[in-house]
Parts: sequence; C-alpha cells; structure tokens
Amino acid sequence: MSRRPGFVLEVDKSTPPTLFWNGEGFMLETLPEGSRVIYAPEPMKAIDDPYRAIRHALLHPVGDRDPLPALLRPGMKLTICFDDVSLPLPPMEAPDVRQMVIETVLDMAAEAGVDDVVLVAALALHRRMTEEELRHALGNRVYDAFAPHGLLTQHDAEDPENLIHLGQTDQGEDVEINKRAATSDLLVYVNINLVTMDGGHKSVATGLASYRSLRHHHNPQTMRHSKSFMDQPSSELHSSNWRMGRLIADSGVKIFQIETTLNNDTFPSNFQFLQKREWEWSLRDRASFAASSAALSKTPPRIARQIFQSIKSPHALTSAQAGEVEAVHALTTSNVWAQQGVDVEGQTDILTMGLPYICPYNVNSIMNPILVACLGLGYFFNMYRGKPLVREGGVVIMRHPTRPEFHPGHHPSYIDFYEQVLTQTIDPVQMHKEFEESFATDPWYVHLYRTGHAYHGVHPFYMWYWCAHAMAHVGRVIVVGGDAKAVRRLGFSPASSLNDALEIASDVVGPSPTLTHMHNPPILMSDVH
Amino acid sequence: MSTLLFERSLPRFAAARLVSTLGSGRGVGVGPLRLVEREAPVVPAEGWVHVDPTLSGICGSDLATLDGRSSRYFEDIVSFPFVPGHEVVGTVAQDSVAADGAALAAGSRVVLQPVLGCAARGIEPPCPACQAGNVGNCGNLAFGHIRPGLQTGFCADTGGGWSTSGLVAHSSQLYGVPEALSDTDAVTVEPVACAVHAVLGAPIAGGDVVAVVGAGTLGLLVTAALGHLASIGRCPAPSMVLVGARYAHQQRLARELGGTDALPDDQLARAVRRHSRSLSYGGASGMTATLSGGADVVIDCVGSPESIAQSLAMVRPRGTVSLVGMPGRVTVDLAPLWHREVRLAGAYAYGTEGGAGMDDRVSTFALAFEVAEAQRTGRLVSATYPLTRFEDAVAHAGAAGRRGAVKIAFDVRKGSA
Repeated sequence: MSRRPGFVLEVDKSTPPTLFWNGEGFMLETLPEGSRVIYAPEPMKAIDDPYRAIRHALLHPVGDRDPLPALLRPGMKLTICFDDVSLPLPPMEAPDVRQMVIETVLDMAAEAGVDDVVLVAALALHRRMTEEELRHALGNRVYDAFAPHGLLTQHDAEDPENLIHLGQTDQGEDVEINKRAATSDLLVYVNINLVTMDGGHKSVATGLASYRSLRHHHNPQTMRHSKSFMDQPSSELHSSNWRMGRLIADSGVKIFQIETTLNNDTFPSNFQFLQKREWEWSLRDRASFAASSAALSKTPPRIARQIFQSIKSPHALTSAQAGEVEAVHALTTSNVWAQQGVDVEGQTDILTMGLPYICPYNVNSIMNPILVACLGLGYFFNMYRGKPLVREGGVVIMRHPTRPEFHPGHHPSYIDFYEQVLTQTIDPVQMHKEFEESFATDPWYVHLYRTGHAYHGVHPFYMWYWCAHAMAHVGRVIVVGGDAKAVRRLGFSPASSLNDALEIASDVVGPSPTLTHMHNPPILMSDVH
Repeated sequence: MSTLLFERSLPRFAAARLVSTLGSGRGVGVGPLRLVEREAPVVPAEGWVHVDPTLSGICGSDLATLDGRSSRYFEDIVSFPFVPGHEVVGTVAQDSVAADGAALAAGSRVVLQPVLGCAARGIEPPCPACQAGNVGNCGNLAFGHIRPGLQTGFCADTGGGWSTSGLVAHSSQLYGVPEALSDTDAVTVEPVACAVHAVLGAPIAGGDVVAVVGAGTLGLLVTAALGHLASIGRCPAPSMVLVGARYAHQQRLARELGGTDALPDDQLARAVRRHSRSLSYGGASGMTATLSGGADVVIDCVGSPESIAQSLAMVRPRGTVSLVGMPGRVTVDLAPLWHREVRLAGAYAYGTEGGAGMDDRVSTFALAFEVAEAQRTGRLVSATYPLTRFEDAVAHAGAAGRRGAVKIAFDVRKGSA
C-alpha cells in the first residue's frame, strides 16, 4: 500500500478526541466542531541499503564537484564536520546516519591514502557532546579510532587560536569559522537534514562559526524577517548564511557537502499510537495510550523525563546527496518537503499545538521555559511556507507544563536570563541592546561552554530571538497547563484547560474563531495557500 | 496613660523565646512586654525635655528583644524596666533647643536621635568618640546621671516611644522636622540615619558592584540612601546595586529606591557573579560556592548566619562585608574571610559623616532628613496600630515581608483607643 500524504481533518461530531503532547506526557482534547487538525504524511519508505545509497551519493555528486574519491589524495588535510546532538529528534536508533556517512567517507579516504583526518562536531554555540553522545553519533569504531588521538574535536567558538576570519560579506557581515576546517584541503560536512532549515550554507557558516560571525544573523532584526526559517528564499537568516557561504567558497575553502534526509517514523513500536490518526487507533493503541497516560500521571517529572529522553527513534534514511552546497541543498529541501509537507487552505484565528518533551536544545536535558517558548513560537509556528498558519493578530495556544526547571550544567546562562533578563524585558530588541553582549562575553559562561557541557552564554537570547517573528505576528500566546508564574514570566497567558484558553482567546479573536491544530510530531510543514 | 513596658522576667523571656520559634513576634503575648498605666518619666537633669510621641516604629532590634533573641552582650547596657520605642517622631512639650542649636518652640515636631551618649548622660569631658561626633560609638553607655541604656527605648530612666505618657530626651537627641516632611516620613528618619551611616562607612568606590542582602526596612533604606547620596555626589556612584529581596513588594520598592536590580535572596549570588564577571568555584550548579571575584562591598542588612555566609561567598577578595542588620551569636565558616582577606565591619547607628563631597563632617541625621525627603521613605510605613493592639502590631512586624508590609509603627495618638 502506498503511503498516504498529509491530511487536514475537519472536526465533526464523530471525530474522536485529538492527541495533544504535554511535555513528558500527552492527553486527549476535544476540539470544537469545525476545527481543523493537520496530520503529517505517513513515513516515506526507507532506503533498503543506506551504506550503498551513501556511497552512491559520494560517487555521483551534484553541482560542480568531482566524486569524493577524486578529491582525496595522500598528504592532504581532510576535515570531516558533522551535525551535533541537536539532530535528529529524537536521537535515532543506531546506527546513526552520521556514523554511516562518516564510515563511508573514511573508507574512501583510507583507500586514497589520506592520513591527516580530523573530525569536528559542528557545535556552533551549542554545548559540547558527551562521550556517550559522540559514540552514539559516530559509532564505537570511529570514536575509538579518533578520540584517543585527539583527532575527534568539538568546534570551539571561543578559541581564538582555532578561528580564522575570512573577511566580510558585501553587507559587512564578519565570516569567522573553524581554522582547521577552513584551512583543510577538503572540508566534508555531514548533515542530518531533519527540517528544511537545516543544511545548505548554514552548515558551515553557522555550525563552525564564532559569536563574532553568528551575531550578524542571530539577532532580532534578522529573525523577525525570516518568514519562515523553513523556507530558505524567504528567510533572512538563510540569506545571511548564503552570503557568508559564498564568501567562504570564494575564500578558497573547498566544501564537499553531504546531506541526508530521514523519514518521519518517529516513535518506537510501543509508542506508535503517537503518530497515528486517532480514529485509526487499534485496540492495542488505545490500551497503550491508556496505560502510558495512567503511568505517566503517577510518575515524577524527573523520572518521566528520563524515560522519554531514553527514546531512540526508528527514523530511517530516505535520501543522501552530496557535492556542491547549493545543488545538494536544493535536492534535500525537495526531499524534506516530500516527507513533511501538507497543503493547507487559508490561515486560522487560533493555532493550537501540544509541545513534546524535546527540542533541539534539550537532548538528554531539561526543557526549560525559554526552550518551551522557542519550541512553540520558534519552531512549530515557523513550520510553514507561504504564510503562517495563524493569521496576523491571531492566537497561539500551546500545551506544556512549562516548569521553571533548568539543567544547571547545560543551561547556566538560561537561569540568569530567566531570572535577570526576562524580569526586566521580554522585548527581543531591548534585550539585544541592553543585555546580549554582557552574556555573550561573560567569562564564566565562556569557561563552562569551553570546558563543560554548557550552551554558550548568549544562547538563551538566540532562543528568544527565534520567537521574534511569531511574537510580532500573533496577538496573544496562551499556555495551557503551564506553571502560571513561569508562563507569565515569558509574557504569555496561563490557562488551566483548553476551554479556558479558548475563552481567553475570544478576547482577541472574537467569539467564533477558526481553529487549527498541528498534530506534531511527527514533524509536518504546512504549505499555506 | 498607656505604656508598653518591658520588664526583666526570665520565665516570660524564656516563654517568648520558645513561642517566637513559631515566627517572629508570635511570642509577645507571653513575653515580658505588658500594657500598663504609667506616668511620664521624670526629667533627669537640665537640658532634658518631655517629648510626646506621635508615631513610633517597631525596629528589628525591638523584635529581637521581644522574641528573646537579643544577644546577651547587651545585658549591661540596658536597664529594666524600659519602655521600648527608639524610632520616634513627636512634639516637644516645652521650648527647647535642638542638637544643631536651632530653637524648638513647645509643640514643635521633632525626631529623636536615641543614642544616650556622654552629653545626655552629663559626662564631662565626653569620651573620645562623642568628642569626635561619633555618638554611636560612645563608651559611656552605662554611666552618668541616668541608668544604663544604649538608646532611649532600652533605658529605665528615659521612657520610650511606645507610650502615650511620653518620654524624656536630652537636647542633643532632638532634631526639628522640616515642614515638608510628613510624620510617616519623619518616623523613618532614625533608621534612615542608620542606613546613611552604613553607606558612608562602607568603602564604596565609583563603579563598584554593591550587593545589599535583605530588603526589610534596613535593606530598603540602605538602597535608598545609597541611591540618593550617590546621586548628589555624597558618595561615589556604584555601577551596580543588587538587592536580595525575598518578596515581590520588596523587589519593587528596592528598584524604585535606586537598586539596579532586585532579586529573590537565592538569586542574588548569581546576579553578583554575572555583574562582577566572576567565575564560580562550585561549577555550573554551585552558586552557593565562593566566586572568583564578587561584589566589592556587600551590605548585610539581615545579620543571620545564613546572610553572613552568603555575604562572604559573594564578596570579592579584599572586599568588605558591612554588617548593618543586628547579628546575635552566629556560627559561620570564616575560612573565606581569612583566605580572601575580607573585611567584616559592623555599621551601627550614626554620628557625623565625612566622605566624598563633604568638606566638614556632617551630622548623620542631617543627611537622613535629606534622604527621607528625597526618597519619601515614609512609603515604607505599611501600617500603624494603637498601643492597645500591640500584640497585633508586633505580630505584623514580625511577619512584615510575608504580609506584604515593610515598617510597622505605633500611632501613639491612638494610644487609648
């Protein structure tokens, strides 16, 4: 049976309640009749032999690039960079795509007699990965061959000795990236393109950049004018990265880009009901939902977090393409849309979303309130092409517990951002002006970023800027079931139930609003006409 | 004439101490404080006058006394029975002269400077501290022609503010109240003077990071004094004044009064770390650990073991911790103080002040009047009670923060209501 495309359901009397994620849990909500529910397309068929497909991509590059073996020679300096722990979500079952790609690249390098090879985790300003996370991403064989010799490194955006300033774009944007990568004879970048935002010139220009460089596109102005991040031609974030990427190429940095896409088979078999349409739930699905809901309701949040964070997704490879950055990315984008795109007619007054336990920045960590905001307004809201799902001045209703909890090791500056910045202002422009630099250059945050597993001091600002487009677009944000104090700290309105939220929303959108629910995850992207 | 009298009674003292473990001020009903009918105290010597209190505040040191938590250090410089109340605005009953030499006609409003120094005690020559104008450091608090008592409100001979029969005060203790100052502003002048003295006694340099621990009356007034004195050049302007304030209303007031930021107590160390651009020895989660740098000056307006430990953890090496809140017997690890050569200094009462922008020494009270007027410190007076409701008043004062209040005072005019 062929897979079914995405689907927009109109809720009627016979529609069963709809699943809403709620952090480390989920629940069923009855949506008003006439509401729409957007379901992602079913998972694309996995490639039967991923190693073969990857090898084929490396041997048959697209764009102006020779096959990888032709670019490899003895005595050369080869740097292989790869996406960090923020991708994919949830982390995939072993073997991870990065492992498969890097093993294939290393086999070719070995065949060509290349012996100066360094691996670099392209962290940008994310936290350093742990050994366990690196082993999961790369496999034990790669890890054990490189890490003990210091050849498996993690990009350090605060290491002046290993950064190189390549110049400024015609817009005055500094381009400063990892020196080892930039001065190699060949830079191979291995991507997992979970969403259309990932990859392209953003891989190197962001993943290997310094704060000096990143600040040119990670700021309120650029973020507000990225409509959306998922639609590269309409994204200022990407325009800036593309300018930087072209400068990097013009500087003589030779990049061999490898991009991969995954299907949206997101949850393991015992949680399959999470990616099914509710009216198609089998008896077993219903039993699984009932049992897991009951168990989770009695489970302390800390334990529930551990359970969910241990989930490994059965994501499978659906495409691999390699070669010149822009040519590769065009193919990738098309493949991601094929998996995630859903045609939606018209905008809605109210957009509802149930936020799950994970976002790119809390893998093996805690979803703090700033990340809740970012996941809802930065990511889910921006999962569109054309125009936002919710109309200008409309309302976003998110469901999440929004506990004021932080991982002190991973998110130390988030704590201070929450306590010392959000208490003063929630305006991205004002905080950018008054607070960003002091956080970005704080020696303690720098120390923890470089030596521990902390996100860079400026990172919470970026998460907040990520919301800037949504904040400027919508009339109100309501969080159902969240810690009221934390929700208010974010500048949102707390509601105890969906009905309560709809009543609050009526102040903004009137008494008979249209409502659309994003049934996400599995990830879906709306093509709004 | 209603008077609240504090008598020496060990059983009652012990009972108050026991009950107050349930909450400050809760033990007043079983303690040594009683409402009695009592005549006005007798003027002890020439230069003394009767003062009829209008408002009289309840201070942290009063609460400590009523709770049975006061240090035994004070035993020899207090005489029983005494009438509490040393934060006083009232009127003089006879023509008199103020401490600054100004004439005071009968009925003039005055604020009491309560320290009973050498001048009040008729001691000639005065001790070196009094000669230098530092009456708070007087060495003769148990001598002279009145009985022991560090201040009015702790001396058996002077009466105190918590009485409708009034008190007696020496002219060296009286300051006329400017017309512009309301009674509620005026009743805060004494604690404002403490705050002024603490601020001008602390080695604050321009651009310093200053942390204020605690945002009860003293913490807020230290913030207010610092804000005003820096704004008029009386002291160097810090780059940052961070206030540890547990309750939302305290945070709001601290910001209004000049604090750069006000945060809950448990967040203060993080803010100090960030603004002093320090590292933390405790790693990402160890914000109770010592900082590599820290605040240049920490003004501890609580005086508890916890606040002193917190202050020592957030002050920079060779920085100063100024103890303004009255401490008692405390157990504190002084290793950081020793290792980092931190100065731990007390800041008590008032006298005269020197410092930036002052050619001569100026009376602390003169500066306190300025601060009270400029900052309208009377806004901290949250409630007044008649003396007859003293149990409610003291309980309110003991739970002021929790109940959204700051300063509680007796309205002595309502004394017999």
